[in-house]
Amino acid sequence: MLTLLLIAIPLLMAGAIFVMGSKSARQLALFTGIAELLVTFAAIWIEKSGTHPELLSFNQQWIGPLGISYAFSLDGISLVMVLLTTLLLPVIVYASFNKTFKNPHVFYGLMLLMIASMIGAFTTSDGLLFYIFYEFALIPIYFIILIWSHAEGRARITLKFFLYTLFGSLFMLIALLYVYQHSHSFAMADLYAAGQSLSAYEQGWVFAGFFIAFAVKIPVFPFHTWQPATYNAAPTAGAMLLAGIMLKMASYGLIRLVLPMLPEGVAEYGTWALVLASISVLYASGMAIVQKNFKLLIAYSSIAHLGVLTAGILSGNAQGVQGGVMEMLSHGIITVGLFIVYDIIESRMSHDEMSRMGGIRDVNPQFAFLFFVIVMGSVALPMTSGFVGEFCFCSDSTNTAPHLLLLPGLLLYLEQCICCAPFRP
Amino acid sequence: MEKLVTLVPLFPLAGFLYITFFGKGFSKGFIGTLASSTILLSFIVSVLVFTTQMHGAHPAIVKVFDWITAGSFDIDFSFLVDPLSTIYLLFITGVGFLIHVYSTGYMHDDEGFNRFMAYLNLFVFFMLILVLGDSYVTMFVGWEGVGVCSFMLIGFWYKDMKNNDAAKKAFIVNRIGDLGLIIGMCLLFAYTGTLKFDDLFIGGSDASGIPGGVGTAIGISLFIGAMGKSAQIPLHTWLPDAMAGPTPVSALIHAATMVTAGIYMVARSSELYAYNEIASSVIVWAGILTSLLGATIALTQNDIKKVLAYSTVSQLGLMFVALGMGAYSTAVFHVITHAFFKALLFLGSGSVIHGMSGEQDIRRMGGLKKFMPVTHLTFLIGTIAISGVFPFAGFFSKDQIVAVAFEENKIVFILSLLVSACTAFYMFRLYFLTFHGKFRGTHDQEHHLHESPKSMTVPLMILAVLSVVGGFIGLPHAVGEQMGMHWHWLDHFLEDAVVMPSIHMSLSTEVLLMVIATIVALGSIAYAWTIYKKRGVLADEDKDMESSAQKLLYNKYWIDEIYDALIRKPVDRISHFLGKFIEPKIIDGIVEGTGSLTKNTGGIFRMLQSGSLSLYIFVFIIGLIAILLSL
Repeated sequence: MLTLLLIAIPLLMAGAIFVMGSKSARQLALFTGIAELLVTFAAIWIEKSGTHPELLSFNQQWIGPLGISYAFSLDGISLVMVLLTTLLLPVIVYASFNKTFKNPHVFYGLMLLMIASMIGAFTTSDGLLFYIFYEFALIPIYFIILIWSHAEGRARITLKFFLYTLFGSLFMLIALLYVYQHSHSFAMADLYAAGQSLSAYEQGWVFAGFFIAFAVKIPVFPFHTWQPATYNAAPTAGAMLLAGIMLKMASYGLIRLVLPMLPEGVAEYGTWALVLASISVLYASGMAIVQKNFKLLIAYSSIAHLGVLTAGILSGNAQGVQGGVMEMLSHGIITVGLFIVYDIIESRMSHDEMSRMGGIRDVNPQFAFLFFVIVMGSVALPMTSGFVGEFCFCSDSTNTAPHLLLLPGLLLYLEQCICCAPFRP
Repeated sequence: MEKLVTLVPLFPLAGFLYITFFGKGFSKGFIGTLASSTILLSFIVSVLVFTTQMHGAHPAIVKVFDWITAGSFDIDFSFLVDPLSTIYLLFITGVGFLIHVYSTGYMHDDEGFNRFMAYLNLFVFFMLILVLGDSYVTMFVGWEGVGVCSFMLIGFWYKDMKNNDAAKKAFIVNRIGDLGLIIGMCLLFAYTGTLKFDDLFIGGSDASGIPGGVGTAIGISLFIGAMGKSAQIPLHTWLPDAMAGPTPVSALIHAATMVTAGIYMVARSSELYAYNEIASSVIVWAGILTSLLGATIALTQNDIKKVLAYSTVSQLGLMFVALGMGAYSTAVFHVITHAFFKALLFLGSGSVIHGMSGEQDIRRMGGLKKFMPVTHLTFLIGTIAISGVFPFAGFFSKDQIVAVAFEENKIVFILSLLVSACTAFYMFRLYFLTFHGKFRGTHDQEHHLHESPKSMTVPLMILAVLSVVGGFIGLPHAVGEQMGMHWHWLDHFLEDAVVMPSIHMSLSTEVLLMVIATIVALGSIAYAWTIYKKRGVLADEDKDMESSAQKLLYNKYWIDEIYDALIRKPVDRISHFLGKFIEPKIIDGIVEGTGSLTKNTGGIFRMLQSGSLSLYIFVFIIGLIAILLSL
């Protein structure tokens, strides 16, 4: 029931905001965010205490003959992702408080619609429903970027973003339907069983389908070219939604669908994906070095981090997965933090070229210090959230493939080194 | 009793938090006293903990909280109290306290006084975590923490971009080393399933099951971490630049404590290195080469702090020589005596810079002896101590390293004597140019010359005393026996914490080596005296640049320039190539190409849909005929 509540609140509030008009749209959105966060805390408390597990799941048949149902459940991983979403929502709304938009009610309505859709994707235990939520989230963000962007050529950029990610997802649909042929049900448990019964060869192809879909969205080299331009064009709140939460659906999908469904496929062909992820880290780090624009630097360093994340998840054992969940949470928070920093600086200097920044510390040392803390989180210093995840991956890649150790290690470093760059006191 | 150890890092942390969040509005005197007294309290607790260890208490583990639990990972945040960690506690808090007191005088007129004291407290906190951590991971927390503090303190005067560059360089070079450390830790974990010192070395000995080749890899990886932190070739370049920070920082972080973290780590892993020939010899050679490099560069530098910085690099190298030869307690011995005299020298140079209104070039100094008597005398003591003159602290520890080298490897032995000769020479060159002769600065500077306040000179005096007597914790056999004293107390104390070397030298060899070391040191001093005191030669820029060897040394072997050409520029070029060509033309080109291909294909088919009815009918009829024919 709680899961339904989590989806219903933003959905209803989105409707309410659309209807009520622009007057108190942002207050309502903030209120929604806080309400969602409280419900999440309740859910975590119930999960921890273990007393009423029935409150955390919901199952209602939808299209019986096809084996599709409204099935939701909140387990540990889902809870972390929901927590990430509901934690960031009030922050993102609040960060946009002192900005003026045209039609704020549409803006915040779309934002809440997107949140509802993402929570749906994070909590559902039905494969088709996951696909639907995964795709539906694309529609509000498309409009958010298109309408509220100030960038030149935004129509073209958003179209590319939309088509590219939609195109990638088609491979997921094909792969999903292929497995469905054997399970005749979209319930994830059935999909897992059916996927595992496939031959290694078949699993490899299905894995490829899923991986392409997720690689476009994570994004992993060479499917990443839509991302920097989109971040750059997006209004900052949109970029936060995109980088902080939405793209996590893809890495979540890897953990939720791919790992349990296709163990042999991952074991056989995961190495290729791992190589791509590793190239991704190196390549994005190299690209990050030459960026002069603050937002683009965040974009490329984000790709590098997500490459590490993808490699960690695909190593496929407990440490990698737990590290992955931790890293998703931490990356979401840190990226949104960086975007807030960007937003604050950009709205005061009205440009985003790093070579023309500096001296902020004289004016506002607290701000400079907090920025420093975020950067330290980004370079995964111990005692920051970034460290736990990345350290898990690192120790993990030794377990599975000692020969691959040097590469991620080197990448880790390179990427970290680059993250230091935006810090100019 | 051991539980008290949690308080040791807690005091400085509390100090840092208090000053950061509530420090506004309090007087500098209050903030300075607060920051110093937190360290004093830590020192008192450290002494208590230390005494229990000295009276033979067993090593203890004090758990603070659960930290990472994931898969087969289970890492607590715990402290390990054993002789090695307690002796580190003692000198970190002891020397740390003196430097805090000194800073209250040195930084008194700086507008960032509060910030400075807060950072210093934070640094001490992390340094204590580093040595107290009961596993590599907890140690790593401190390891990175001191790195960040070092970064913030090098760039403390952030308005000068040069300082920020130095800070960034230190951080990045250290991260390169950390990569090695992380890899080493991960390998260790992969083969033993634990990263706790207790399981690996002391109680259990999980580390002994590691196959030889892997042991070498682990040893070298960990050592790469130590290279970064302790400024060994090829990762030494950050330390001289780090002198951009205020002088107390150079004394505390870049001489006495943080830079010896690498030595601590290797000593802590002594059971890993003791049975690994290859890793150990890598350490020896890296150490002796670094030592030689530092000592030779120091011969030609004219910045008072740069000379001391290269001297630190060189002394750290000697410590690694000891580590590589299996004399772990000897390395720790030298760490301690070095902390005393190098902190003294740095603080002394700070006092000189303070008196000279910020001047650091020794060519503009001279004759300071009569203006700054306390600074002069204490600096002289430090200079004698580092040069290795009997019975000052540096003599015993350095002599022990030279003796071990004599037993193990004659080439290293000769090189280490060479280092000793250089050390005595450049230190006395520095001393004579600074304190003797005529004053060469501007008239204005001369007018302002003054002895430093009590808050600065008292720490100098205490450190000077320690530099004289500090060596007595490790008296060699020959001397100890003669004086009827308990010889080599430190070796006995560390017996259970680190592996002990199995070197037993005859009395006559020991005495002979001491005589040789003394002759080398005194000879160098005499040589420096004839040049800089008797003949009054000045370190003149133009004249010094005559020979190419001097040019090579003065420019620090052009190592920074070589790195620039070999690493930074190529990476930059590749990145530009990626950004200008690969990304937009190839990768995005393919994506865009797919798009326009679809569009163009559509465009071709669109031509068919011309809206012309006659064409449709024509096609329709052709189709009809085709179908009929095929029937």
